[in-house]
Amino acid sequence: MLRYSLKRLFSLVISLLVASIVIFVVIEIVPGDPATYMLGINAQEDTIAALREELGLNATKIERYWGWLSGMMVGDFGTSYTYRSPVSELIGDRIWVSLPLALIALTLSTAIAFPIGILAASRRGSVTDMSVMGATQLGVAIPNFWFAMILVLIFAINLRWFASGGFPGWDEGLFAGLKALTLPAIALALPQASILARVMRTSLLDTLSEDFVRTARAKGLSKAKALRRHALRNALIPVLTIIGLQFSFMLAGAIIIENVFYLPGLGRLIFQSISQRDLIVVESVVMLLVFAVILVNFLVDLTYALVDPRLRGRQ
Amino acid sequence: MSTVNNAPRKPSLLRMVFGSLSLSLGLAIIVVFFGGALISLIWTPFDVTSLDIPNKLKAPGFPNLMGTDHFGRDVFSMILVGARTSIAVAVVAVGIGMGLGVPLGLAAAVRPGSFMDEVIMRGNDLVFAFPALLIAIMITAVFGPGAINAIIAIGIFNIPVFARLSRGAALSLWTRDFVLSARVAGKGPLRISYEHILPNILNLLIVQGTIQFSLGILAEAGLSYVGLGAQPPIPSWGRMLAESQTMISFAPHLALFPGVAIVLTVLGLNLMGDGLRDILDPKIRRER
Repeated sequence: MLRYSLKRLFSLVISLLVASIVIFVVIEIVPGDPATYMLGINAQEDTIAALREELGLNATKIERYWGWLSGMMVGDFGTSYTYRSPVSELIGDRIWVSLPLALIALTLSTAIAFPIGILAASRRGSVTDMSVMGATQLGVAIPNFWFAMILVLIFAINLRWFASGGFPGWDEGLFAGLKALTLPAIALALPQASILARVMRTSLLDTLSEDFVRTARAKGLSKAKALRRHALRNALIPVLTIIGLQFSFMLAGAIIIENVFYLPGLGRLIFQSISQRDLIVVESVVMLLVFAVILVNFLVDLTYALVDPRLRGRQ
Repeated sequence: MSTVNNAPRKPSLLRMVFGSLSLSLGLAIIVVFFGGALISLIWTPFDVTSLDIPNKLKAPGFPNLMGTDHFGRDVFSMILVGARTSIAVAVVAVGIGMGLGVPLGLAAAVRPGSFMDEVIMRGNDLVFAFPALLIAIMITAVFGPGAINAIIAIGIFNIPVFARLSRGAALSLWTRDFVLSARVAGKGPLRISYEHILPNILNLLIVQGTIQFSLGILAEAGLSYVGLGAQPPIPSWGRMLAESQTMISFAPHLALFPGVAIVLTVLGLNLMGDGLRDILDPKIRRER
């Protein structure tokens, strides 16, 4: 297990390094000079020169890459040009909206998908199964931001149960914060839950047809017990893969959903930065999100090993 | 209803019926949308670029079947032209993904575990860490928003999907006898991949292509919703939704129709993909 973890950790570090190079290079190929790009075409020569100096653009590319990378390792993401404050502060304020949103949505999606998928698999071919498959087929096709707008129309505008957008801040209390994140989280979670429920069902059906489940049934275990004790755990591997992949969709989705609900999260920050041409913020937020995705996939890999001991030996 | 209740006893028959049902249903939906997109090339009920302020925000009725937006533009016409944008972006993005991903996957499968295989597969993993939205954000931050950038972003996202799929499928084919005979006959890896492997994985690619197509439609809608996709005056479903958002309380029809268009198109493509899978590849069971 230790060797397996170390190997995974090594490839995690390599992935992060390569990802940081890719991001740096893409932002670097900005047509012309980043300072000119950020200030626009009407900027004065000396203003551009001052910004070049401030951004450290006069150093070589390798020095700048190293500066960016070593800065990030100690939590220094540079200074935003438009906000005139450290990027780490900007991120720190907003991550407490985006991260809870993605996590609540992921939890919600899993909590909905597991029972539904298990129910459909255990009653394969029944009306229940058919309805689940039909509903999830529809759920997969619904864009989360449109679903969000429909939720706003029903629950905020017509029923007035929730605010149609905005975030009061966690200072207003846990309940107020959670309430503001409820509709966004549901909008994010339901389409993903549809995918996850389908995967859960398929995976469970696959394991239910395996010999060891038949043996368990032959030993006299009831169908429900065989499912709970033997099939479920073995069906989890593909489901975990999808949950890991879903996290990256949740983060990306959260960025879009934040726009529907005017939530002050990383998504709003990144789009504001794009329109203000604040490349330093864009670069760092993208890196942070990619880091999150890679980290989650690393954790999923480790979880595999916990669920399936065979993987520890094979890798 | 009786067919449904008999299902556990006759799964194969039910599956076939359901399979062809989903194929025909999906196909019907797609034909309608492709037809609409094609017709919009030569004719739309109203001009989508001309503004008609006195007629703004009309509810669905006649002659504006789906009502008008805040500039008095006909929503039905915009949906038709928007279908064109969605389909064009998604088709080209799938083309990029297949065009680059399949050769990469086939090349990786020639010698599994080789240096080339490692490089290609690790590259794949890396691209997987960038959701399409993040790729689009980076491209847009550098080159500005536009339909082309949306295509590139979704296309890049598709590459590893096709690379993994074709590598996996090709690996098992390389061990088969007919490939061995081709090798004995003196054919090189390039020719074998092209003449023997590719035709045998084509079915899989078509099915996956349909799925990526539907994901592409969703991604395009999302990107244009946040302003990273097609720019005005080109109508796109995502941007129609973005524009409708502030008017949703008094003109919900503006938010309804583009959303339904997206859902139906994606649903149609997914149903078609499921149906195609049953017909083209009987080995793969239809459950996902």
